[in-house]
Parts: sequence; C-alpha cells; structure tokens
Amino acid sequence: MSNLEQKPFNVREIREEFPALRQQVYGKNLIYFDNGATSQKPKLVLDAINLFYSKENANIHRGVHFLSQRATTDYEAARQRIQRFLGARKSEEIIFTKGTTDSINLVAFSFGTTLSAGDEILISAMEHHSNIVPWQMLCERQGCVLKVAPINQRGELIMDEFDKLLSKKTKLVAITHISNTLGTVNPVKEIIQKAHAVGSKVLIDGAQSIQHMRINVKELDCDFYVFSSHKVFGPTGIGVLYGKEEILDRMPPYQGGGDMIARVTFERTTYNELPFKFEAGTPHIAGGICLGKAFEFLESVDMEAAERHERELAKYAEDMLDTFEGLQIIGEAKNKTSVVSFSLKGIHPFDIGTLLDKQGIAVRTGHHCTQPLMDFYGIPGTVRASFAFYNTKQEIDTFVEAVERSLSMLK
Amino acid sequence: MNLTEKQEEIIQEFEVFDDWMEKYEYIIDLGKDLPKIDDVNKTEDRLIEGCQSRVWLDSHFNDGKMHFTADSDAIITKGIIGLLIRVLDGEEPKDIATADLFFISKIGLQEHLSPTRANGLLGMVKRLKLEAIKHISAS
Repeated sequence: MSNLEQKPFNVREIREEFPALRQQVYGKNLIYFDNGATSQKPKLVLDAINLFYSKENANIHRGVHFLSQRATTDYEAARQRIQRFLGARKSEEIIFTKGTTDSINLVAFSFGTTLSAGDEILISAMEHHSNIVPWQMLCERQGCVLKVAPINQRGELIMDEFDKLLSKKTKLVAITHISNTLGTVNPVKEIIQKAHAVGSKVLIDGAQSIQHMRINVKELDCDFYVFSSHKVFGPTGIGVLYGKEEILDRMPPYQGGGDMIARVTFERTTYNELPFKFEAGTPHIAGGICLGKAFEFLESVDMEAAERHERELAKYAEDMLDTFEGLQIIGEAKNKTSVVSFSLKGIHPFDIGTLLDKQGIAVRTGHHCTQPLMDFYGIPGTVRASFAFYNTKQEIDTFVEAVERSLSMLK
Repeated sequence: MNLTEKQEEIIQEFEVFDDWMEKYEYIIDLGKDLPKIDDVNKTEDRLIEGCQSRVWLDSHFNDGKMHFTADSDAIITKGIIGLLIRVLDGEEPKDIATADLFFISKIGLQEHLSPTRANGLLGMVKRLKLEAIKHISAS
C-alpha cells in the first residue's frame, strides 16, 4: 500500500487537491462553508473512483478470478488502513456500513437485543436526530428508558447533571463527540471513564470529529465509534462502525443475506465471523476502497496544524460576526471546533441562506436535524458556516461582507 | 387580465434585473408589502409546515371566485407568495385547479417550488389547488 509523505500544512497546496473548490456558482467564485453537511473530495479519491469503475470493478469475497481477487484485496486493505488510522486492535473491529445513521441503527438493533425493560440509554441534549430516534425506537421495542443529559446556554454538557443521570441502570451512553450545530467538543474521554465505572458501554458519534482531529479508539477506550465516509473526504453511501471485538462478537447479526453467513440450510443457518457477520449483501465496494484513499490522503495532512487552522478560521469569523447588531452566536463552548452557528433577531435563517447562496456562498440553514436543540434555544434554526482545513480567511472576509449585504436588504 | 397574462406581466417585470441580488431585492420588497396574517389567525389548520420556513394560508370563496391571504416567517418566501397570490387571487376555481404556473421557472425561482427546498411553498400551491377543487366539486 502506497503512503503519501506528510507535508507541512499549506492551505493553498491543499486546495489544489480539491477540484470542486475551483468553480463558479451564479457567476461568483464558490465559497464552500457547508462542510458539516458533507466535505469535498480530493483528487486521490476522485481518481480512485474513476479507476475502480473503469478497470477494477468486480464483486468481492467470492470470485476466483483476477479482478475479484484484486478488488477483495483492495477492499480489505482499506479496512486495515482505517483500522490503523483509528488505532483499533484488529481489522475485524471495523464494520463497513452505509454511514453514521446506519452504524447507530445497527448498534441500536443488535446491541439493543441484549437490553431489557428498565435499562437506560443516556444521550445528550445536543444530539443529531440520528443519535436520538434509533434509541427511541429501541425504547419502544424493549421498554428501555431514554435519559437526556442537559446543556448550558453556551452549549456545553452540564457534567454534574450527566453524573446524576448515570447509574447502574445505564447500559449505554450514546453521545456525539462534536455537535454538528454548535461545534461543541464533548469531553468524551471523561464520559467514557465515568460510564465504564458504572458498567455502561459507550457509543461515540464521530460524524463531526473524524475529519477534524486524530482519533484513537484504543486511547479513548470507547466501545463503539461511528462515522460517515462522505464527511471525511470519501464517497457517500459508506461509513464505519468501530466496535470492540468482544462486544461485537456477542451481538447478533443485524441484517441477513449473502456474505454474512457461514452455512445455510432451511433448518438452520450459522453466521460468518467478524466483520462479515454485520455486512450482509454485496457491499459498497468502490466506496470502501475509496474511503481507504480518503484516509491515505488524510495521512498526508498534518492534522494538528489543520485543526489549529480550522479553529483560527472559526475564531476569526466569530469575532467579525459578533459586531453585527442583533446577531447571536449559537454555541459558545470553551472547547469548540470550526462550526459557526448564528441567529439574527427578526430575520429568518432561510432568507440569509438564500441570499448568501446567490452570492456564491454555501452554508446550511435550518435546524440541522437537531430540533430539540433549537427548542432549547427557542429559535427556528440557525445559519451555520462549517469550515474544513481547505477554507481560508479571505473566504471568510467575503462571507462576512455577503452577510452584511444580505442584512442590509432584509432589514 | 387572465392567468396567463398576469404571469407574462410578471416575467416582463423581472426582465429588467441584471443579477440575482436585484431580483431578490424586489422579491424582499414584495414580501415586506404583503398584508400580514394576524398572529391569532396563524392557526394549525392554516399552517403549511416546511422544513425551514412556514407558510399560513387563508382562502375564501366569493361570487364564484377564490381569494387568498398568505403569510410566512421568511421574507423571501413571503415575496414569492405575493407573486403567486397576484396570479391566482380572484380567479375561478376551475382555472386555479388547472393552472400551469410557468412564470416561476421563467423568472428563475423554480428552486423555491422544488420538493427539496422545503419552504412550504410547494405545499401552499398544492393546498390552493385542493381548495379550488373542493369548490368545483361542491358546485
């Protein structure tokens, strides 16, 4: 497997790798600030997608022919690369899924079968709907109880309240590493230690953290870590569930079909081993291989410098936006990543988003799939600019000017 | 002026704008000028929930013609409502039920009536038409 050399962080050079950033929309240079929704893709990934479907396409794990064996090798090599990147003990602990939502549903369904009525699942008030609804469905099926740890006005988890909610009844803590709406970085290491102390397992929703910081699941000691490929510079339609082997081993299969079986008879079917037990049917082969390429790309990036750059961008944007009358930054946690969410008194986020779009700027507006969080702040939604390491201060200058122009039109 | 003529008039008005921001400036002004629905009348039965912005629609039937009042919490949505009402208000139910609102795409606003936009406008047009059909069936 080839390895790209890690280079000193240089935003101009990194931008060169992302063709999608070099285009115009409505006659303006595109400014892409919707990275929380999905990231753009580097050439390494784009070329690999093209190459796979042009020359390498074959089904995996079963074929005896050359193409199938090569595709199988590449797919499994991608799994190993992800294992190394995450610091997992074994590649069997890396399950390919459709994405974060699918990974959480897998755990809710499969791990959920081991829970009983009265067992508690503890989440936080800042969760994405994907980390709320599967647990509510599990509670309906099994009679479990969903507990929600509250947050303060700055958008930080209130740890005293979290501690109070944690008890011997808690069987799973499912919590986001970084809030997609607020950018809050949760103290997951502390949460994991505390949860383990009462015998609870922990699922970390890494959809918004994997692209911003180095993750080491062994150091974190989380039981599950889930993320989507498309938010970490890979293709859509694929994601990862990391789970500790001993836990995954005890969990029943989620879906039935090909690839997940050892032997099928009409009387009785035995299941395949990890990770295949959880991967029924032909997987997203190109997706897996190209997600591996996305991690190969990430290995070449000085992630610490990239994270510093992203946080500088967020601070720079917040300092400038703060000067606007009636503008409120939503999410002011001490430890936050490159998400800037804001609301404006008397102005609907949809209006700002529409006008920014026409000025070539892509942001997200609305509730960001966190309706309970919007209820907490008493707002219909926010305008969210979420930055990646390929964004620049110059882009933020243009963005702030565009916000100013939009406001002058709307007031 | 019939439905088609009204739409053509709007298309002509929009031809003078050089860029998107001018177009939206005009839509925002229309939104600001549109009569509001009082908060007490913004009831559940009048609400068309969009994922982002919400629309309230009130309709009544008088002398064989339909009349509409509508409001939204987003000003751009409201401006587009203003255009839709200008075209459809005072028309007969049969014309509203079959109306082809071609002006929307001609002035470049089709994205606001796409299912993905989720601003309540698509639901509003649907409800307008359903109201019209109700009066056709009743007569």
